[in-house]
Amino acid sequence: MLDKELRSMIGDVKDGRMDRRAFIQRMAAVGLTAPLANQLLSIGGVAMAQSPSPYPPTKRGGGGPLKLLWWQGPTLLNPHFATGTKDQDGSRLFYEPLASWDIDGNLNPILAAEIPSTANGGLAADAKSVTWKIKPGVKWHDGKPLTADDFVFTFEYASDPATAAVSISTYADMTVEKVDDLTIRILFKNPTPFWANAFVGAYGCVIPKHLFAEYKGSKSREAPTNLAPVGTGPYTFVEFKPGDLVRGKLNPDYHMPNRPYFDTIDMKGGGDAVSAARAVIQTGEFDFAWNMQVEDEVLLRLEKGGKGKTIYATGGDIEFIAINFTDPNTEVDGERSSMKTKHPILSDPKVRKALALLVDRESVKKAIYGRAGRTTANYLNGPEKFVSKNTSWEFSIEKASKMLDEAGWKVGADGIREKDGKKLKLLYQTSTNGPRQKTQAIVKQACQKAGIDVELKSVVASVFFSSDVANPDTYSKFYSDIEEFQIPMTQPDPALHMRRYISANVATKENKWQGPNFPRYVNKEYDDAITAAETETDLVKRAALYIKCNDLLWQDTVFIPVMHRLVVDACATSLKPVVSGWANRTDNIQDWYREA
Amino acid sequence: MSQYVLRRLLIAVPSLLAISLVLFVVLALAPGDPFSELATNPNVPPEVQAALRAKFGLDDPIYLRYLHWLNAMAHGDWGFSFVSRMDVDTLILQRLPATLYVIGSAQILALLIAIPVGVYAATKPYSLFDQIANTLAFVGFSLPTFFTGILFILIFSVTLDWLPFVYSTDIKATGIHWVLEMIRQAIMPVAVLGLFQAASMTRFVRSAMLDVIRLDYVTTARAKGLGQAKVIVKHVMRNAMIPVVTLIALQMPAVFGGAIVTEQIFRIPGIGSLLISSILSNDTPVVMAVTFVFACLVVLFNLIADVLYGWLDPRISLR
Repeated sequence: MLDKELRSMIGDVKDGRMDRRAFIQRMAAVGLTAPLANQLLSIGGVAMAQSPSPYPPTKRGGGGPLKLLWWQGPTLLNPHFATGTKDQDGSRLFYEPLASWDIDGNLNPILAAEIPSTANGGLAADAKSVTWKIKPGVKWHDGKPLTADDFVFTFEYASDPATAAVSISTYADMTVEKVDDLTIRILFKNPTPFWANAFVGAYGCVIPKHLFAEYKGSKSREAPTNLAPVGTGPYTFVEFKPGDLVRGKLNPDYHMPNRPYFDTIDMKGGGDAVSAARAVIQTGEFDFAWNMQVEDEVLLRLEKGGKGKTIYATGGDIEFIAINFTDPNTEVDGERSSMKTKHPILSDPKVRKALALLVDRESVKKAIYGRAGRTTANYLNGPEKFVSKNTSWEFSIEKASKMLDEAGWKVGADGIREKDGKKLKLLYQTSTNGPRQKTQAIVKQACQKAGIDVELKSVVASVFFSSDVANPDTYSKFYSDIEEFQIPMTQPDPALHMRRYISANVATKENKWQGPNFPRYVNKEYDDAITAAETETDLVKRAALYIKCNDLLWQDTVFIPVMHRLVVDACATSLKPVVSGWANRTDNIQDWYREA
Repeated sequence: MSQYVLRRLLIAVPSLLAISLVLFVVLALAPGDPFSELATNPNVPPEVQAALRAKFGLDDPIYLRYLHWLNAMAHGDWGFSFVSRMDVDTLILQRLPATLYVIGSAQILALLIAIPVGVYAATKPYSLFDQIANTLAFVGFSLPTFFTGILFILIFSVTLDWLPFVYSTDIKATGIHWVLEMIRQAIMPVAVLGLFQAASMTRFVRSAMLDVIRLDYVTTARAKGLGQAKVIVKHVMRNAMIPVVTLIALQMPAVFGGAIVTEQIFRIPGIGSLLISSILSNDTPVVMAVTFVFACLVVLFNLIADVLYGWLDPRISLR
């Protein structure tokens, strides 16, 4: 359908000339599903028919204890120092942002009185500012009122480099000003179509000015509140033992009616994923366990006749094999995988396409991920409005062999292909992790059948993901031909996810391999699309640009997506958690309850 | 005596310094980064990771970092955890009670089993009791704790549903219920560790007893008409205990050091689990502090063992 026509139709719905249902029917006629049509309306600026998750409890408390099991326990409780999701999850019990992400990736107001939109005047037409109204009457756990000053302070705290906050980039390139006691305005330096990053989700948690004011900047680590949080959340702080236990109890002054349901909350840490699953599903000692990175087969066995089940949430986390566009075996000016080189084998698009044909995603799903994975051809897998429908994948050793023949790689005497006396040999690295080593084995087997000799390498995760400049085995140095890992999508917007691969972001010795474009992919068309998308205020056009970026990555075979991974948790049968694949596990903790 | 102790303590200083240097260099040379978790998070630009490294002095040369550490340690500052952003000593002190309780109980259990069984087996070598004790001891120390631990969990928690397998540091009960619950949750880890220790210790006690029991002075004591119990307890055991004391003394630091595997299986928040999680997250100040304290304890308990020899056997003089 023509872009213009679509937009005029959205305009019709907006002005009431066409009703929602008629619009959705017309979309269905051209093959768009109802949810997708709804998404189109919502990104076109039409307010969604709100469908808040049902919350039956009619009074606050009375739900007894809620026992959570995190097999890596939180080690600190300041959301702006949180190195991993475990710390964000622990902090989030006590601190709150303006809004959280719901299951479908829509904004859900927490401390905000309403979600800013063009209709309510919250969003500026030039996408350079956003105005948030704060819910009146919210109190910190110590009784002081929450005001706009706290938000302005949180911004100053996090954006001060001396504080060494991990949320610094969330608050970069903007200023936050107080409009009145219950209104703040965020002013962006550049037009920012994705305005819902600051003060939303894990890094959006607001901290109390009256307790942190003295500890901004280099004194940040001395703040006693770092270890004894005072927030606005549904639970108040009781006790914290790093890596072992976080305890909270019901906040009697919580700002949402009938919430929270539970009287106390315990978050226990330590151990491993399998025994955590066992404690929830088999023995019922705990109500909820986080991040079940366990083979599906094991979970299925535990679930037979157990006291709990596994639950799944869809986000945009992608497990992929990345291709190195530069030569990892030639050293130029003391740097391997230098931009001055070209990969001797993989710079040929035919070889890359052949490799993509050799990754048997269906087998990987069947043998390893099971219910926790979806096969995909895309690098960008959500939210729905950004997912490309133009791509496809298949597994075919014959087609791959044919393609390699065409590229001039002939099978040699030893069964390995060669060209101009050079063997088709690839080094395939990943981090040490059961499922990844199994995937390596599956890919290697298929490659062998097609005449590619694959050497496998696995690196300990703490080294692989390290930014240690002296270590040759990091993912960003990429001293191998292909490598596999997962990049999580931490918010339901592709801007940061896709920006990594512009040519200015290439990882080189010059930037100490900190450029996030580790495949060293350079494509002007891609750069232009990203630049255009970042300032595009028309949301339909913007989505189209990101879909184009995804399609470019697919056409050029920069990544071979292995699995679109879902979030897996174990949960007691009676517990009704609200878990979004677009946010931290505890991001909607106020809505959790137990069915009687 | 006091002069001897003083001299031994002074000798310990250079050896502890050497130990700390080796530990520090090994940890500094080990690959890894405490902030690696930030790497794949698209919200966190790599500069943040680099800024954090710089802030915590991770990019300084090793000798400078060592001198900083040594200086701080001399002033009683154990360091600052990268990962928890809090002082290491608070972190360690928080973990100590659980470790002392569980590992200490396990050691006591081991002694309570090993000494009577070992002694009795030695008085009647190759009897049926001795054979059974030996077989069980071999089985006991051949089975690693990660195996028996999981076996216990499957039997007593999953199948029979008698005991909890997740250790909880704050039991919501008071008085006698609290005590009972503390005992209930420690049964499995204490049994796993205690039986494992008891197995090897039984063998040790038995062989030490057998060495002494054949000596002439024992025959003399019996010839004097002393009763069997008196001969064994007053004459044989006291001498046979000397090597056993060394063994126990050298195991005492482990009581403080925790048991990495068992603590991990039962989620006991002890020093062992702190050590392993700190190693995995490259939190070097914590690893350094724990291992260094461990080294100090080994040196200290060696000294205590030597002092104890003098009490057990006055012929050993301390000069």
